[in-house]
Amino acid sequence: MSYEPKIVGFLCNWCSYTGADLAGTSRIQYPANIRIIRVMCSARIDPTFVVDALAQGADGVLICGCHPGDCHYSEGNYKAMRRFPLLKKLLKSYGVEDERVRQTWVSASEGQRFADVVTDMTERVRALGPSRIHATLLTDRLER
Amino acid sequence: MTEKKKLQIALYWGAACGGCDVAVLDTNEFILDVAALADIRLWPIAVDGKYQDVEAMADGELDLTLFNGAVRNSENEHIAKLLRRKSKTLVAFGSCAYMGGIPGLANLTTREEIFTTAYLNNPSIEPGNRTVPYHETQVDGMTLDIPSFYKRVYKLADVVDVDYFVPGCPPAPDQVKNVILAVVKGELPPRKSVVGASDRAVCDDCKRTKEEKKTKHFYRPFEIIQDPERCLMEQGILCMGAATRSGCGVRCPNSNQGCRGCYGPLPEVTDQGTKFLSALASTIDSKDPSEIEEIISQLPDFVGYAYRFGMPASKLQRSHRS
Repeated sequence: MSYEPKIVGFLCNWCSYTGADLAGTSRIQYPANIRIIRVMCSARIDPTFVVDALAQGADGVLICGCHPGDCHYSEGNYKAMRRFPLLKKLLKSYGVEDERVRQTWVSASEGQRFADVVTDMTERVRALGPSRIHATLLTDRLER
Repeated sequence: MTEKKKLQIALYWGAACGGCDVAVLDTNEFILDVAALADIRLWPIAVDGKYQDVEAMADGELDLTLFNGAVRNSENEHIAKLLRRKSKTLVAFGSCAYMGGIPGLANLTTREEIFTTAYLNNPSIEPGNRTVPYHETQVDGMTLDIPSFYKRVYKLADVVDVDYFVPGCPPAPDQVKNVILAVVKGELPPRKSVVGASDRAVCDDCKRTKEEKKTKHFYRPFEIIQDPERCLMEQGILCMGAATRSGCGVRCPNSNQGCRGCYGPLPEVTDQGTKFLSALASTIDSKDPSEIEEIISQLPDFVGYAYRFGMPASKLQRSHRS
């Protein structure tokens, strides 16, 4: 069987999840590799969720929120915007490939954009191959 | 027969600097009470006692073992398992045993790189000397062995079942006292608890004035003259207080240094570094992605700061570079 990347997507309730819903109701096709988790705001996405997903075997993590200026809670997506580059810096130090984790903005009207983002991300992660993080952590318990 | 009533204790160090042992001595004259209350059966830094003596003990003969230091090599693991078997209560004592500590930062590199740096490329090595330790060596037809160096660092709970955790680098002397007294009086909290620490953040106990945290520039402590009354984070100086368990007496911020995070994450928090990341990023005063990047670039070693004491206890635990 060919390798199918597992991608965890954290989507904000107000824009991105609605955008994903629009992609569905508009019958736009996109890869089934993404597992969507709805959160109320992109600011709710604790960086711990991202490292936890990677440690538990996700090959990629996608974070989507409202476009800057459009946050349902006025400022939430700016908090996400400030955290993300610091999270990327942290992951780089851990040796996690850059393309495994991505943050982007998808509005409620951008069904096509959501499908394009998921398609693009899936292909990039597929090209990287499976993440070894989960397997490495398991092996570490058995081999010193 | 008063001898038998005495508490049987052991103190041991794995991959450690010795600071935790000094913290025990820092209890000053209380250590004399310990000596009166207890027989110290093993304490490599201070009293005589051999591994064979421990091996000869009955299982569970020791009432209490305070194990400090991380697990870096096979000797650390062997003794950890031996002491676990011989002890009724095993305590991971100090940040290294609890979370991997400073030695745990070695998880960002590899055994090969460490050996190359320490034994081959180090400028202080005598020219031509290429002595690298191997687990086994043949000498005159005999096999000599030394402990094998593991490919990464582990926290104590990764190799044995640990009863209690005492954080701190080193644990504050008052907390050391409290832990020993709790054992003596049999007043220990539920197993697996973190003892000798509080359930609040360092910020809760810090007396500095806290207003709005917004910064466009991060400073290293020597780069600015700080206001000793005001929150360090508000002055752009890194401080782990928001993501760190209190109980230390706020020693670092009270000495005009940012909290280093040695007491580990707060209860229910599974990854101290990412919690600190959230707290720190929220102080950045910008909505412009390129300016945010510029501000973040002022942090030369963020991972080393966020996980200074807890890399092996973090979610990702070690480098995943291929």
